[in-house]
Amino acid sequence: MWTIAVREFRSFFLSPLAWSILGVIQLIFGWVFAILLYWYLQPDIQSQLANHPEAPGLTDIVVRNLFEWMGMVLLLIVPLITMRLISEERRNRTLPLLLSSPVSLTSIILGKYLGVMGFFLVMLAMLMLMPLSLLLGGTLDFGQVGAGVLGVTLLIGAFTAIGLYISTLTAHPTVAAIGTFGALLMLWMVGWADQAEEQTGVLTYLSITEHYHTLLKGVFNSQDVVYYVLVIVLFLTLSVQRLEGDRI
Amino acid sequence: MNHGNMNSDTLISVKHLWRYYDHFCAVKDISFEVKRGQILGFLGPNGAGKSTTMQILTGTLAPSLGEVAVGGYDLLDQPLAAKQALGYLPEHPPLYHDMRVDEFLKFCAKLHHLPSAEVTTAVNRVIDQCGLTGVRKRLIGNLSKGYQQRVGIAQAIVHTPSVVILDEPTIGLDPIQIREIRDLIRQLGQAHSVILSTHILSEVQALCSQVQIINHGQLVLTDTIEGLFSQIQTTHLQVGLRRPPAIEQLRQIREVEAVEVIDETHFRLRHSADHNPAEELVEKSVANQWGLFELVPEKRSLEQIFVELTRTEVAVNEPTMTTTSPLSDNLSTDLILKVKEAA
Repeated sequence: MWTIAVREFRSFFLSPLAWSILGVIQLIFGWVFAILLYWYLQPDIQSQLANHPEAPGLTDIVVRNLFEWMGMVLLLIVPLITMRLISEERRNRTLPLLLSSPVSLTSIILGKYLGVMGFFLVMLAMLMLMPLSLLLGGTLDFGQVGAGVLGVTLLIGAFTAIGLYISTLTAHPTVAAIGTFGALLMLWMVGWADQAEEQTGVLTYLSITEHYHTLLKGVFNSQDVVYYVLVIVLFLTLSVQRLEGDRI
Repeated sequence: MNHGNMNSDTLISVKHLWRYYDHFCAVKDISFEVKRGQILGFLGPNGAGKSTTMQILTGTLAPSLGEVAVGGYDLLDQPLAAKQALGYLPEHPPLYHDMRVDEFLKFCAKLHHLPSAEVTTAVNRVIDQCGLTGVRKRLIGNLSKGYQQRVGIAQAIVHTPSVVILDEPTIGLDPIQIREIRDLIRQLGQAHSVILSTHILSEVQALCSQVQIINHGQLVLTDTIEGLFSQIQTTHLQVGLRRPPAIEQLRQIREVEAVEVIDETHFRLRHSADHNPAEELVEKSVANQWGLFELVPEKRSLEQIFVELTRTEVAVNEPTMTTTSPLSDNLSTDLILKVKEAA
């Protein structure tokens, strides 16, 4: 399992795709972060905040919005990263190497999954340097930042599991990318139906966004964590089943 | 399933194997065994179920019915132990093109749970064995087809498996490389079991100790190479006549069982092993001025057996070379070479 994970992780850094994604992401969030900070430091905003007794703090405005943006951008990026996981193995016919080696299907899927998660955690660590730089001139609510990091990690975890599953379905990375993007977008938007009627129902529970927002507010609710864990376990199991189905 | 009583030298055992793709039956009730030190040549036309059988043996495909044991472990009950004893080179070598040769082989060694202390030694050994020393730091994607094929073979043997399954291992190699790889396979065959699938029949003759021919999902022949050749009783005479008579006249020569027309002046006469019509043919040729200019005794080659066994649609009693399946066309060049060798 770890052998596969390490190979997967390393192979990202051999491809220009991963480097370009890392670079572009860093650029975009540098810009977002700068704008948010600039906006926060505007004199009229500062005076408004000063007059308000329950004014949101630095963390709430800058860091939370940054995470909010990350969720949206990840929606676009995760499909690009996960698309080639299994589909490229199918395309290059390298899957027999893994299937004929003494490694269980669960280990293959988990190895792939952990490899990608490793890549995303590197990306996240680089992005987290920006909010942490605020410590130079201010203070942060570490509880809220921690909940945000947990939220974004779980979000990536769920996105990746879905992307991995869709990648097992096809031999064409592009098809996998489009399929994953569609699936993630649907999960993102599915809660809107309930919002229109101003009530929370099944669709809100299914919506990936709702659970994310709760965590970003700094509210640690086990219900949200369970939601993500369920999504991850479900799609990883489906991926294993899918590979098993190939043999039959 | 109890395999305790299985002969410890039987490394592959296949019992009543069936495989369906929906309603299409690709493999019908195949049973065979391969012992340590044997090299099994696995032959069959395209679509005969060769690759399906290989995939089942390596656990990449599940059988519909039947038992497969590799190295004494049942492939369904103890898949990981069975696969540990197995090295597999599929038809299309499974290589990660963005990795270096040594890096890739290291990955394969680890994938087969080789202790990390032994990984480097094992990798160096196969790099040496497969002649990859010059390219060990190169990217696999930049290597030529022949070198990629060698990396594929290296990958299959890096963990010294007791069973090696090679699907067309010498394809895309130059003659010198083919010889090297054949030597390597022969070497492997001494201590391991090797199953070799190939289209090149001379390779089977050169390498294998056992031969199996599969057609329409069924084994039509299982024999040792020696047994196969001793079985070949009927022999052939290839005759060149400048002014050939009617075929009927050739057929009337005693001991001639059948006449095949090769071209206008060449004929192939089939006769029984103990009666050679050559003498009478020469006499008649002189008497009737047929203009005999060529007389080549010809042993039936593996190709011919292969063609006869796998060509089920064509009537068996009238084996004319002109109405063969496309398959034998591929073999015809090889066949001609064979005949020349015999001459």
